Amino acid sequence: MDIFNIALKATFIDNMIFAYFLGMCSFLAVSKKVSTAFGLGMAVIFVLTITVPVNWLLQEYVLKEGALAWLGADFATIDLTFLQFIMFIAVIASMVQLVEMIIEKFSPALYGSLGIFLPLIAVNCAILGASLFMVQRDYTIAQATAYGFGSGFGWFLAIIALAAIREKLKYSSVPDGLKGLGITMLITGLMGLAFKSFIGIAL
Amino acid sequence: MSTEAAEATEVQKAPAEPLLSKRRRKIMSDPLNEDNPITVQVLGICSALAITIKMEPTLVMSIAVIAVIVFANLIISLLRNLIPGRVRIIVQLAVIATLVTLVSEILKAYYFDMYKVLGAFVGLIITNCIVMGRLEAFAMGNKPYDSILDGLGSGFGYAWIILVVAFFRELFGSGSIFDFKVFAALGWENFPTNGLMVDSIGAFMVLGILIWVQRSKTGYVEH
Repeated sequence: MDIFNIALKATFIDNMIFAYFLGMCSFLAVSKKVSTAFGLGMAVIFVLTITVPVNWLLQEYVLKEGALAWLGADFATIDLTFLQFIMFIAVIASMVQLVEMIIEKFSPALYGSLGIFLPLIAVNCAILGASLFMVQRDYTIAQATAYGFGSGFGWFLAIIALAAIREKLKYSSVPDGLKGLGITMLITGLMGLAFKSFIGIAL
Repeated sequence: MSTEAAEATEVQKAPAEPLLSKRRRKIMSDPLNEDNPITVQVLGICSALAITIKMEPTLVMSIAVIAVIVFANLIISLLRNLIPGRVRIIVQLAVIATLVTLVSEILKAYYFDMYKVLGAFVGLIITNCIVMGRLEAFAMGNKPYDSILDGLGSGFGYAWIILVVAFFRELFGSGSIFDFKVFAALGWENFPTNGLMVDSIGAFMVLGILIWVQRSKTGYVEH
């Protein structure tokens, strides 16, 4: 139950986009069409669900102070926390590479439409952010996996919703200066307001 | 004799570009307004919104980002002919991650309170798209000195936007600037602060309106 709650909380209450602003760049850039947004959202869910537990293992058995104790007593005092950023980003970059190869193999159409944004998942703040938050919150590995999946799913929902709104927005007359990014920011703000209603639900 | 010497040096100097030529000034000034990384190129929005609740962390964040962009641009520009195209993203990420680790360790050592406030967002400079974007678009194909200027320009373009956003959010959200109670000092003790401004929604609204104002000035229209 605890695990389910963490996933649910990460999806709605602590939504990556609306509560932490993570992954905004691709959120704003790839949300013009629902189909592309869907593909990117799925890729983000996949990458998050894998990288968070992998980074948890790294943190627990390599990076944390005393984490290397399993190698022998001599290693028990080593603290490699300062390597955290580099290790995490390396795991994420290689996972993204893997996803890229899988998508290219099985769905060339999606690969073509995602274009530059697929490699850019590596620099999607939501992915690295989830790993860093996971460390801050002292999750167990099962909780970390649930958190990774929940965050990814929340991001997926957010980008689909925004893409659907923006597809309709094409037919409305927006003031020139607000077109594109400006109006998207305001819409995201309003969507965030809606997501705020999940706060206060006790899990 | 002396004039001759002066002439000789001038002839020698002629092929070299002046330190701040028109082209170089343009590299620096473009990202401040017409080609602003946040409002026009839509990069680096994540951190622009997350840490702008108060002025002080925003200032620290902008300094950190400027430092990381400038040095990452310099290093990648020096290495640009050595990096194989296929693995360039990993190389760039490694350089950025190293610099960000340095920044984070410096903050931890000398400015621990701020380190606590910024938390995970220091680490997230790694995934700040502005840094990656500049490396990919500029440093990979330009000389080191130009890359430094480009880094400075983009860094300041980013900094002024997030400082403006933070100014409005702190002023209306907490009624203060740099923790100095502005409205209390003006004799307006019970100024109604707006909870939305402290929240993420305020950030989206302020940035959206800022983009509107800026774009109607520059005349940039997105289609």
